[in-house]
Amino acid sequence: MKTRFVGLVLAALCATPHAFAQTYPARAINVIVPYAAGGNTDVVGRIVAEHMSKVLGQQLVIENVAGAGGTTGSARAAKAEPNGYTILVGQMGTHAASVGLYPKLAYDPVGDFEHISQLSDTPIAILVRKNFPAQTLSEFITMMKADPNKFNNGHGGVGSTSHVSCMFFTSLIGARSPMVAYQGSGPALNDIVSGQYDFLCDQIPHLVPQVRQGNIRALAIAQPERSPALPDVPTTIEAGLPAYQASGWNAMFAPKGTPRDIVAKLNAAANAALDDAATKGKLEAIGAVIPRKENRTSEGMKKFVEAEIGKWAPIMREAASQVK
Amino acid sequence: MIDLSGMFNALVASPMIIPAAFAGIAWGILGGALPGISPSITMALLLPFTYGADPTAAVVLLASTYLGAEYGGSIPAILIRTPGTNSAAATVIDGYAMKEQGKAGEALGISLYSTLLGSVFGVALLITLTQPLAAVALAFQPTSYVGLGVLGLSVIASLSGESLIKGMMAGLIGLMIATIGTDPVTGNNRFTFDDPELLSGIPPILVMVGIYAVAELFEQASQPGWRQTNTADAAIKMPDALMRARLRVSQIIGALIGFIEGLTPGGGGTIAAFLSYNEAKRWSKKPEEFGHGSPEGIAAPESANGSVSATALIPMMGLGIPGSNSAAVLLGGFLIHGMTPGPMLFTKHYDVVMGLYAGKVISLFALLVVAYLILRPCIWLVNRPKHYLMAFIFALVLSGVYAIHNSLFHVGIALAFGVIGYAMKYYRIPTLPMVLGVVLGFMVESNYRRALVLSDGDHMTFVEDPIAACLLIVAFGFILVSLVRHFRDSMKSDQKVKSA
Repeated sequence: MKTRFVGLVLAALCATPHAFAQTYPARAINVIVPYAAGGNTDVVGRIVAEHMSKVLGQQLVIENVAGAGGTTGSARAAKAEPNGYTILVGQMGTHAASVGLYPKLAYDPVGDFEHISQLSDTPIAILVRKNFPAQTLSEFITMMKADPNKFNNGHGGVGSTSHVSCMFFTSLIGARSPMVAYQGSGPALNDIVSGQYDFLCDQIPHLVPQVRQGNIRALAIAQPERSPALPDVPTTIEAGLPAYQASGWNAMFAPKGTPRDIVAKLNAAANAALDDAATKGKLEAIGAVIPRKENRTSEGMKKFVEAEIGKWAPIMREAASQVK
Repeated sequence: MIDLSGMFNALVASPMIIPAAFAGIAWGILGGALPGISPSITMALLLPFTYGADPTAAVVLLASTYLGAEYGGSIPAILIRTPGTNSAAATVIDGYAMKEQGKAGEALGISLYSTLLGSVFGVALLITLTQPLAAVALAFQPTSYVGLGVLGLSVIASLSGESLIKGMMAGLIGLMIATIGTDPVTGNNRFTFDDPELLSGIPPILVMVGIYAVAELFEQASQPGWRQTNTADAAIKMPDALMRARLRVSQIIGALIGFIEGLTPGGGGTIAAFLSYNEAKRWSKKPEEFGHGSPEGIAAPESANGSVSATALIPMMGLGIPGSNSAAVLLGGFLIHGMTPGPMLFTKHYDVVMGLYAGKVISLFALLVVAYLILRPCIWLVNRPKHYLMAFIFALVLSGVYAIHNSLFHVGIALAFGVIGYAMKYYRIPTLPMVLGVVLGFMVESNYRRALVLSDGDHMTFVEDPIAACLLIVAFGFILVSLVRHFRDSMKSDQKVKSA
């Protein structure tokens, strides 16, 4: 009798995760966005979460936990119970650049998470103020090299995509420039439109209207193909700097230890959202690109995050050492 | 310039605008009245409900919430000495003093009336001049923001009360608190003691909740007897003709300063509220009443807040550049529905713009109706026996603080500032300069350093920018006048003592 009881308990324990996954999700899922509402990561997260809610039959509720360059919210998600009811929308800053930027990062972007799927790729462009003398990227690079420390580079804050993207650009061409830090992309955009500083490297969604109006000029886009949003702007390959390939990306993570079945369910729901015409249309309308299929698998995304850390962390360490 | 038929057509095409405006105002007032819940958080909480909604109704809902929240912040400021939002901090000074004099209903009436007038002014400018005025935002450079911040800080000189030295001390402590967190230029951590909770610095609302609300609770608890509940003030009293005439100048000052602040991304409503408070005091026929329950002391900051809530949309819609967190959430609301704010918005989604304008007008009526309905129970609530009320306020304030980031650490900070606020009261150190230091310190520092990077370290840049130069001259003028007045008054009182 005792043996049978123990056997039953063991069987129940073994069956629980599977049974749990079968009934998942039984309630609303908390989606941590580690930035303020209204920003790029928030908007991407909300657009995808809306369709995922329909697929999963439960509401995905966005919780904005901003602070410390997105690391506060990411750390909270890493420490959450791994039951599939707390997930995270991270991005290049929180899960790649942060490794080089924060010596005591409170989480490991690879080891502390289950990787659900990449959600978006957002092209990065190199832009100059409208009356800047250089007309092409090669002219700009020549000017930068001829006169180091002359041309100011604005960015949306230490650790932001615009900061690390320009660090990558200047380190590639072997130049330096004084950096003007702003509190967010909005104020940085305001000041390049009014001609306060010379150049900016940032994700294109919020820049497109300004480029189309001629308020700023895009010299190149750091991806292999031209952007449908800015078809006249050459790629960095066309413009003579093929090594400069960069994008701001968003991806969905779950705390380490989340049952595999649940991760698979979340992955399927995220993929269904990205394949949905309406969701795709909304993401493309804000200038985002639907990620490649291989980065939309759990394993593929993990490899992608590792590669991104390898790319951005050394640049950020270099930047941090320059500051000190 | 005003396309009335366009607005009417938009209203007919999207009748949901009307309930959206009312719902936004009601939700905004509730969110704004909860200490800790900022207007942007109040708006963000609504974003999921806008997914399936008509895009025009969705943006109207968010924009109305912004106005409602800006107003809602003044209710706890007046009734329980707790600013619900950062920009309601200036309203605490005379609002709570009036409440203590048994004039809570009158103070709430003045606040509602002034917010409405400020909003009417702001909405009129939004509807008529968004596109031409959007360009003004671009004229503001980092140097100009330094000028604006210093002008805001110069108010310390006139708000220090009995001791200028103590006021300066408090202001300096505030500035020091503002340096906690990640360095805005280098990214190095300052005074964070390796604690990730401190990386983003200390949010000003925690300081305000601590030194106003928590310190007041300590103070009340330390008094032997509870003040008798006054039921006579349990009715909202809108200002009569005499009072309206008295408030006119301060409301004009508030609306104009709010308009300028709204246009400049990064300025923020809090500076507008304090600057207009200070200006209203200077232009008032009864400046001695400020700080002791002056109606103008409520009218000026509240009319500024109303004006800001409309004019802050001008750079967001005209340029596509969000100047504040609230404007960023509204921008997010546009993006979710596939619309990109900026110059193209007016050609590609003209109907939505007209709908938003119509919604803003409706939200003004909604504010009057909803506020009137909400204020009565609020007044009833604060007239409950004090021992229950104090416990309720304590729970409300701390849960509001916890809700900002679901952080107990923040609750601890608010309590610590409660102790500091109580000690400051005991030693008669004015708290307002400290609040100003905390609110403006980071803005002044980051823009000052930014301006110097841009000018290659040349301080002449602050003189070469005409806006900065003008603002700095006005600021130094304020300080000089306040110093002269202060020393003249202290000499007079010295003479009185000698002659006695």
